[in-house]
Amino acid sequence: MAAGLPTEGTNSTRPRAGTVARIDVPTASLSERLGDVRDRVRAAGWEAAIVTDPQRVVLGLLGAKELEKDPQLTVEAAMKPGPSTFRPYVPIKEVADFLVKHDFPSTPITTSDGKLVGLLMRSDAVREAEGCPDCVRSMI
Amino acid sequence: MAARIDRDQLQQLVAGGAQLIEVLPAKEYDEDHLPGARSIPLKKLDRAAVATLDPKQPIIVYCWDVA
Repeated sequence: MAAGLPTEGTNSTRPRAGTVARIDVPTASLSERLGDVRDRVRAAGWEAAIVTDPQRVVLGLLGAKELEKDPQLTVEAAMKPGPSTFRPYVPIKEVADFLVKHDFPSTPITTSDGKLVGLLMRSDAVREAEGCPDCVRSMI
Repeated sequence: MAARIDRDQLQQLVAGGAQLIEVLPAKEYDEDHLPGARSIPLKKLDRAAVATLDPKQPIIVYCWDVA
């Protein structure tokens, strides 16, 4: 609804995907060389990057496994295309349960038009969910 | 005349005095709504409710994103 921006109401202060996601996740474009992206990502202390178009629409994910591929590849050839995403308003326990069930280390958080909000790490989601076991959707 | 707007346009319009209306049920509004929004549930969106709006200012109506 608010694309990760603040809302008002009784649920507005509870942790949700968009409030726990790390918004400083590195991004890369399709035509970049994987080796260049890997160097940049690791220098920033990350093991993942989101591939976006110029409008920040998510196109793919470069996780630790993808970053280990041939550095001469383009990002487009190396990325995991079309990753599962969640909307910012989703209660944190829902996302944490999904990430644990499917053994995903992270998931991009996007707006309804596919634009990147941030990357939600499983460790962050599980930690927040443990502190808010009733953080599940009561509406819709 | 109704027009679909994006997030940036919404923020600009609200900053300029537009009226922001959530049409979900009141319980859902109580739980979560955009800052500054008023609640007029769709089932109560009748002539009397419309009469409370300022016809000189844009009216933005939203529900929920489930896409």
